[in-house]
Amino acid sequence: MKIYGVAILAACYLVGQFIGDWFGRVFEMSGNLGGVGFAMILLILLNDYLNKKKLLVPETEQGILFWSSMYIPVIVAMSATQNVKAALTGGWVALIVAITATSVCFLLIPLIAKINRIKN
Amino acid sequence: MQNIINILDKNGLIFAFLVVGVIMYLSFLVGKKVTNNKIPAAAIAISFGLFIAYFGKGEKGIAAIPAFSGMALLGGSMLRDFSIVSTAMGASFSEIKKAGLAGVISIVLGIVIAFFVGGVIAYFMGFTDAISLTTIGAGACTFIVGPVTGAAVGASSEVIAISIAIGVIKSVFVTIATPIIANKIQLNNPHTAMIYGGMLSTTSGVSAGLAATDMKLVPYGALTATFSTGMGCLLCPSILYYIVQQFI
Repeated sequence: MKIYGVAILAACYLVGQFIGDWFGRVFEMSGNLGGVGFAMILLILLNDYLNKKKLLVPETEQGILFWSSMYIPVIVAMSATQNVKAALTGGWVALIVAITATSVCFLLIPLIAKINRIKN
Repeated sequence: MQNIINILDKNGLIFAFLVVGVIMYLSFLVGKKVTNNKIPAAAIAISFGLFIAYFGKGEKGIAAIPAFSGMALLGGSMLRDFSIVSTAMGASFSEIKKAGLAGVISIVLGIVIAFFVGGVIAYFMGFTDAISLTTIGAGACTFIVGPVTGAAVGASSEVIAISIAIGVIKSVFVTIATPIIANKIQLNNPHTAMIYGGMLSTTSGVSAGLAATDMKLVPYGALTATFSTGMGCLLCPSILYYIVQQFI
């Protein structure tokens, strides 16, 4: 049943939130520290484990995949509910940050590819 | 007319499904007809979202209009984080091993470099608080990492909007630049494609960019980009936020 997949996803999400919240309190910082990231790692581990044991039937998987196909629409809804009017003043920041940060990452690709080749 | 508005008010979330569905359809249409599939529909749709937010009021964007209040629920932090976690299904540790050491380095470095380059520029452009710098740095990773981080550290709606915009511009920039510079960075084999995905993190930009370069390379880049996005959601609101706090 698809709900099994949704339930697995919900479990990973909640455990991730719990860990993130716990870290937030341990390090005395406001907010949830990496809860989404922890939840993703959990889901990857669980997916690998269940696949190895052949426990993950396609029907269950569908329950999770439905939500992963919803993420762009959800991000669209989120974008539509932000304070864009006020953010317009930061338009130049957005453009310069995006182009510069991305260019630096582009430039490093051949370097990193080389490191590995020498090692091999 | 009043009846229709009443029904929309009462069924906000359902109406939001319809609105977003229409936005997605129009974006795919624009992507196909106007840009010949060169710009990822996801980036067009998110730009569309930011555009209609402009017609709303203040902090809540379009959701300030009662009929559109469901957009705040659909795009709220709960459903957003839930759907983002589900994208981890596209990643697997047994697959990532094939990327080797360089792949793992690229996943971490792609996040750390984008974060700090973004943060430093924002600092010199007038943002001085740790929360805004962290959110903008996270936006330089992807349009997902930005808002996830912003919500986790308690950023304002305005700064989150900037971080989404950064991520969208990055996605479009990656898409356009990839086929142009593919030869220069020797992006013609699975190994480099995996490093490329890890370094650039933006799954939509990486997938569209690779599709325009060599269709066979898409799954390799998409895999590490998905990992990199997850890594961003993990590192930005935690360790990297902590480091920023030490400097500010």
